[in-house]
Amino acid sequence: MSVEMTTEKIDRVVVRFAGDSGDGMQLTGDRFTSISAALGNDLATFPDYPAEIRAPAGTLAGVSAFQVHISDHEISTHGDAPNVLVAMNPAGLKANIDVMEPGTMVIVNADSFEERDLTKAGYAANPLNDGSLSAFSVFEVPMTSITTEVCKEAGVKPRDAERSKNFFALGLVSWLFIRPTEPTITWIAERFGAKPQVAEANTRAFRAGYDFGETAELFHQRYEVTAAPFASGEYVNITGNTATSWGLIAASQQAGLPLFLGSYPITPASDILHELSKRKEFGVRTFQAEDEIAGVGAAIGAAFGGSLAVTTTSGPGMDLKAEAIGLAVSMELPLVIIDVQRAGPSTGLPTKVEQADLLSSLYGRHGESPVPVLAPKTPGECFAAAIEACRIALTYRTPVILLTDAYLANGTEPWLVPAVEDLPKIDIDFATEPNGTSPAGEPTFFPYLRNQETNARPWAVPGTPGLEHRLGGLEKADGRGTVSYDGENHELMTNLRAKKVAGIKSIYGDTFVDDATGDATIAVLGWGSTYGAINAGVQRIREAGRKAAQIHVESLNPLPEKLGDILRGYTTVLIPELNQGQFIKLIREKYLIDAQGLNKMKGVPFQAAEIEAFILQHLGENQ
Amino acid sequence: MTVTAVPITTRKDWSTDQEVRWCPGCGDYSILAALQSLLPDLGVRRENTVFVSGIGCASRFPYYMNTYGLHTIHGRAPAIATGLATSRPDLDVWVICGDGDALSIGGNHLIHALRRNVNVNILMFNNQIYGLTKGQYSPTSEPGKITKSTPFGSLDHPFNPVSLAIGAEASFVARTHDMDRAHMQETFRRAHEHHGASFVEVYQNCNVFNDGIFSTITAKENRASMLIPLTDGEQIRFGENREFGVTQLGDGQLKVVEVASVDEQSILIHDSHVDNPALAFALSHLATGVTMPTPIGVFRDVVRPEYGDQMNAQLSDAQAKRGAGDLATLFRTLPSWEIE
Ligand code: SF4
Repeated sequence: MSVEMTTEKIDRVVVRFAGDSGDGMQLTGDRFTSISAALGNDLATFPDYPAEIRAPAGTLAGVSAFQVHISDHEISTHGDAPNVLVAMNPAGLKANIDVMEPGTMVIVNADSFEERDLTKAGYAANPLNDGSLSAFSVFEVPMTSITTEVCKEAGVKPRDAERSKNFFALGLVSWLFIRPTEPTITWIAERFGAKPQVAEANTRAFRAGYDFGETAELFHQRYEVTAAPFASGEYVNITGNTATSWGLIAASQQAGLPLFLGSYPITPASDILHELSKRKEFGVRTFQAEDEIAGVGAAIGAAFGGSLAVTTTSGPGMDLKAEAIGLAVSMELPLVIIDVQRAGPSTGLPTKVEQADLLSSLYGRHGESPVPVLAPKTPGECFAAAIEACRIALTYRTPVILLTDAYLANGTEPWLVPAVEDLPKIDIDFATEPNGTSPAGEPTFFPYLRNQETNARPWAVPGTPGLEHRLGGLEKADGRGTVSYDGENHELMTNLRAKKVAGIKSIYGDTFVDDATGDATIAVLGWGSTYGAINAGVQRIREAGRKAAQIHVESLNPLPEKLGDILRGYTTVLIPELNQGQFIKLIREKYLIDAQGLNKMKGVPFQAAEIEAFILQHLGENQ
Repeated sequence: MTVTAVPITTRKDWSTDQEVRWCPGCGDYSILAALQSLLPDLGVRRENTVFVSGIGCASRFPYYMNTYGLHTIHGRAPAIATGLATSRPDLDVWVICGDGDALSIGGNHLIHALRRNVNVNILMFNNQIYGLTKGQYSPTSEPGKITKSTPFGSLDHPFNPVSLAIGAEASFVARTHDMDRAHMQETFRRAHEHHGASFVEVYQNCNVFNDGIFSTITAKENRASMLIPLTDGEQIRFGENREFGVTQLGDGQLKVVEVASVDEQSILIHDSHVDNPALAFALSHLATGVTMPTPIGVFRDVVRPEYGDQMNAQLSDAQAKRGAGDLATLFRTLPSWEIE
């Protein structure tokens, strides 16, 4: 070999694959993630795709991207800016080049920079030769032509072969980061086994990409990211939606109740419906309803019948379900509502993240309608949060809203597979005996006679003789549960419902505080999926020798008991949110703390650098 | 498990101690009485019976039934009942709704429960008016109706609930009226026997806001000439002396004729069990209002797979093929790797 090839060890790298919606970027990114996971890297991913299934090919609107951050140490985000951008076409380049730092690597499919492609992407001149990319190390690789060439030998038509070019890109990046080839080749054989010609084309393209790195003398350096120090155990790379689905199944098993999901397809929540509909051996009933209201309605019916009842949706669906959730508040039936938040209002940005359903979850129903709200902080944590949401719903006979979001739903992280025997137990105590006496002196069932400790009402399911009773949306008499129009009683019941929810004890009852030295004066308070970015931002501050604490809340209602006291221990409280400032309203109102907000509504998560800058802006000279 | 005989009950056992709050003289009373006195004969248990309703006068019904019950939100009872009936196939689930509840705000849920063929008995009390909100026109009100919300007359073309149900692929569709307890009970009994979704339209008098709207056909003195009883295996005939009948014209349309004026053999024989819904639909359109002779009874009663049965069969098939679900196996359906 005429050129000397060197290998550099790096501690982390962020790679972004970008191309047309039809270019298979999600698959490519996902494969690169899986190989890296198997090597023991810590990782976080961020699929970023358009709302349209096939937006006009080659345009900016049609760009689909997948970003993965791999490292040899613990990381909490998908990385701010990519170190390597793989652009399959001019649109993929144009949509992403602005976030790239000077000196980073850009690999382009040189075959796709024809005049037509450039025009579609809105380039007046070819960026590959107008000097506009001079700040980057640009590698022009004829991906399409090599792929068609190697596939021709296998008798694959050029049009079909062209579709395998993403595997060429994967092969090249696998070579660049010293990833083994066998796992991908085995995976291709399994995945495309039914279509041998496709499998052959993909394998050839993948090998060609790998060999190109080795032989083309374009690249002079390879990079190695070694394994991260994980706790020992078995891991899978899991999305938030899958973790949520598995949490629901686990809760159903732990409670010994059949799971019933009433749902209407909506992005980005549908994957939960898809996953659960596959798992019928667990006795999971999935009902694809005629609309969002029927989805929650059927779940309420199933809850009355003694199922663990769940409805899944995203923002617009929450608006439609509001009245039915109020009914479940009034009937005090267990119900889990999962809102995979996306940017609104209305249809908004259907595939993009936002945290703007917090206030509507807490207050978006008519009347006094208290509902516990939980928000997990990472994709993997959706598992435990889903179990906890079910446990609270079943124990306290209440609807519970679990707020995830588009970022958690589709993002992934390595998840330590739990031992089944370590999963929390959920005790169900159905009422079986009368608990009161009728005016005529007969033993009878009072459906609203509360448990002294939890304030939960008894749950008697149809089929239980002697406990026949009627529930409804009309106000009930305390205890007896018959219809009551009495104002005194209504005020009492309103307060009882509020007291029940306020008194909920959950695994999220203690505030999460990370104050490494214990003497920071500034605290960054977050909720939900901003955890990773806040964590990375705070680390940067610490690496610069300064101090900042991270406080994170996962139970939004009720809030952790000592949260106010903890926050008052800091001179400055900062609250970054992917909305106009919703959590900050709660904190200011409840604790009278003059917290400062950082708000972002661009449909993408915070970057660590944004959090870092926000902290720096508030960090006094001496702190 | 020991199987015990269904206890003998009376109407009283099926009634709650709640004071019935409909207006005196409301047709709902006679429907309630008909059902409460029928249930002891159906061989069912109170604890396995659930009444689900939406909102409206009719929807107060569950409070008066000494069974399990849900008084829910406007229009959604069929959806709520679907979740209950599919997850608890052992239960006997009834849906009670009005014309506004089922056909206006809840129209979507009604048609989907019918097409899915969920095992519920849907009784729709049709009084062609909004009662609980004090007298606005409903989706079954006649065109031009003067009400508080339509002082110049309503512009809406009404639904024909039986036609709608047949069009929505319902497997059981019937009509009865609140003035005839025996007919109601027979109709309810058949609805209950039917496995799948049963839809029964009950003409019900709202004596406060729409009094006597059906009396042209349901008053004792008018019944013989204005109600066309549908009885399986019998010719479709009516009149004091069964002098009128229904025949089919060459273009497929149905027509009321004087039997004496046609070949008697040409009078149709009713069969609710034919799969093709065309004749049932044509019968439902024989009358376009209560001024015309109107068929009552069971229009359609066909066998079609029930939704919950199929849903539950998928679960047992999966369990038979894959064994009962195991969490440890589930967690490894994604590729896993081991860290030492
Ligand atoms: S308003 Fe009409 S339907 Fe309602 S209870 Fe009174 S009479 Fe009956």
